[in-house]
Amino acid sequence: MNALEVRDLVKAFGNVQAVRGVSFEVAEGEIFGLIGPNGAGKTTTLRVISTLLQVTSGSVRVFGHDVTREADDVRRIISYLPEDAGAYKNLTGVEYLTFIASFFRHGAERRAMVERGRVIADLGARLEDKVETYSKGMTRRLLVARTLMVEPRLAILDEPTSGLDVINAQEIRALIKGYAREGTAVVLSSHNMLEVELLCDRINLINEGRIVEAGTPTELKAKHHAVNIEEVFSKVVSA
Amino acid sequence: MRVIVRKELKELLTPQTMVPIVAMSFIFAALGGMMGGIGEALEEKPVVAVVDQDGSALSGLAVDYVELNSKVVYNGSSTDEAQQAIEDREGLAVIVVRQGFQGDILSNRTGTLEVRWNMRGAGIADSISTASVEVLLAGVDQQISAVLVGTTGINASIALAPTARNDTTVFKGRVMEGVSPSTVANMLSGQSIVVPMIIMMLVTMAGGMVISSMGMEKETKTLETLLTMPVKRTSIVAGKLLGAALVGLIMATVYMVGFGFYMNSFTVPGLDPADYDLTLSAADYALVGASLFLALLAGLAISMLLGTFAENFKAAQSLTFPVVMLAMIPMFMTMFLDFDTMPAAGQTLVFVIPFSHPMMAVRALMLDQYALVLAGIAYMAVFDVAIIWVVAHIFKTDRLLTGRKRMRRGAMGKGARALLGRQRGPGTPPEG
Repeated sequence: MNALEVRDLVKAFGNVQAVRGVSFEVAEGEIFGLIGPNGAGKTTTLRVISTLLQVTSGSVRVFGHDVTREADDVRRIISYLPEDAGAYKNLTGVEYLTFIASFFRHGAERRAMVERGRVIADLGARLEDKVETYSKGMTRRLLVARTLMVEPRLAILDEPTSGLDVINAQEIRALIKGYAREGTAVVLSSHNMLEVELLCDRINLINEGRIVEAGTPTELKAKHHAVNIEEVFSKVVSA
Repeated sequence: MRVIVRKELKELLTPQTMVPIVAMSFIFAALGGMMGGIGEALEEKPVVAVVDQDGSALSGLAVDYVELNSKVVYNGSSTDEAQQAIEDREGLAVIVVRQGFQGDILSNRTGTLEVRWNMRGAGIADSISTASVEVLLAGVDQQISAVLVGTTGINASIALAPTARNDTTVFKGRVMEGVSPSTVANMLSGQSIVVPMIIMMLVTMAGGMVISSMGMEKETKTLETLLTMPVKRTSIVAGKLLGAALVGLIMATVYMVGFGFYMNSFTVPGLDPADYDLTLSAADYALVGASLFLALLAGLAISMLLGTFAENFKAAQSLTFPVVMLAMIPMFMTMFLDFDTMPAAGQTLVFVIPFSHPMMAVRALMLDQYALVLAGIAYMAVFDVAIIWVVAHIFKTDRLLTGRKRMRRGAMGKGARALLGRQRGPGTPPEG
């Protein structure tokens, strides 16, 4: 069974169609990159998959569960990390992780989940401080931790390393790779083409609401005679 | 500099900043109209009944002056008939010139004018109307004084102030002897002015808190995270409202404790509210608390509804205005008039706005008007359920993230908004 199946997805806001018939699928343990220029429809697609926006037409299924009809089932197995997200400023890092864990587990299992979050966040004693005292990078680490600690079957990550320095970004990428190896499917959107190339098993390039290119990084580079995915991106979008 | 001024004007002169100012000016204009109406009412001759039981030259002088300067609905010798006429015509007072009026004055004792006030309300405008009768009675005093000045055998003090008033105020079925309407109004001013102001502040504060929280949740995308958690949307709404309601309950409790002390320490010289059963029982306090809690819940639910339209924290600030306005309208109306003395349209407006009910509850309960308080509580319970249902419904739709039509772009993500910006025309800078 595919982790994610998107079929002819259309999402309209009034008269504006942000997504115009997008189709793709993601396998278990696969890291799938959805890339494209600003306004291409990436975030809208991710929000539909995350059950935040309703489908205008087409279908989206997560491990066989329809995001419209079985939204509650979908939410139990996904974890969404929005771009530029924050956390509740008056909670400490640990309180925030506990708050999120409470939606998934109880008792000892919840404590184990929070402990996993502590390890992923790697913020040490600062986890006992209020989130409002965190830097942008620390907040992002906390959010990545809460996204991955729940061990989702499908992780939806919008710019997972934005705001992180090179070392932190490398650590987070390694974490994402590790989770994928253990079977978590990942849908990732990023403007960092190096990150996409390093992480993704397969890439779909979306432009003006449509998928305009698809393949593995190696296939795409060979097809467009490019040295890296950034060049592929430029050539495809410019064309 | 001109470029900067133009930019500032474009940023500051938005519908969000202008609509509240325009609406506020309308409110003040309406209040001005109301105040103007009070002024006109003051210029009109007061409706009174007069009973002359003395039949003397001086009592005749008093009656003539009253007839000349007021609208007399009864002139006779029966106080009962006079009282009936005043009640039928919604008059202000029965003026009784007791037997021996002239004799007392000519014996250098003040002549007593008994005034039985028919007090209809304790609002500012209600008490202003009684002032016209007080002016009338001062005129009677002056007329008699003018006759007495120069009369041999009359003390100067009596000649200058020959009459004294013996007031009896009838207010909502209570007969308060030796008390004027202004004294009653002073005693109830705490309920007429202070209570509506405090409730207005509570509602706007709690409402602002919820709207800002919603704006902040949208801005920091914590709401997006919350909405992807494995929990029903109705549970999220219920949890948010319950949390805010508990804060409201704490606020209401603190308010009630403070108000209890305020009520206990409240005394007007010469008048003990307990003598006239103008105090609140424990059950009354419970009803006030229930009314306040339901009104706060209504305010929180309305605020949450408005908060769903907020794109961010800044936008949320302007959305608090409807709540402020909804709290200010009943505050001013209940300050100026009693519910009973309002025109039908005013009564409807005040009843429909949930925040009015705790503003009126204290005074209504002091006067044993339980029907109004209980009807208000029932109405607010229905109102709250309806608004919460609407909020829960919105939480299940795209509207929560897309907000107003203008904000639909917000749902597309930063990049999509930038694209639309570019599509609007050349020169629009792209985002991100």
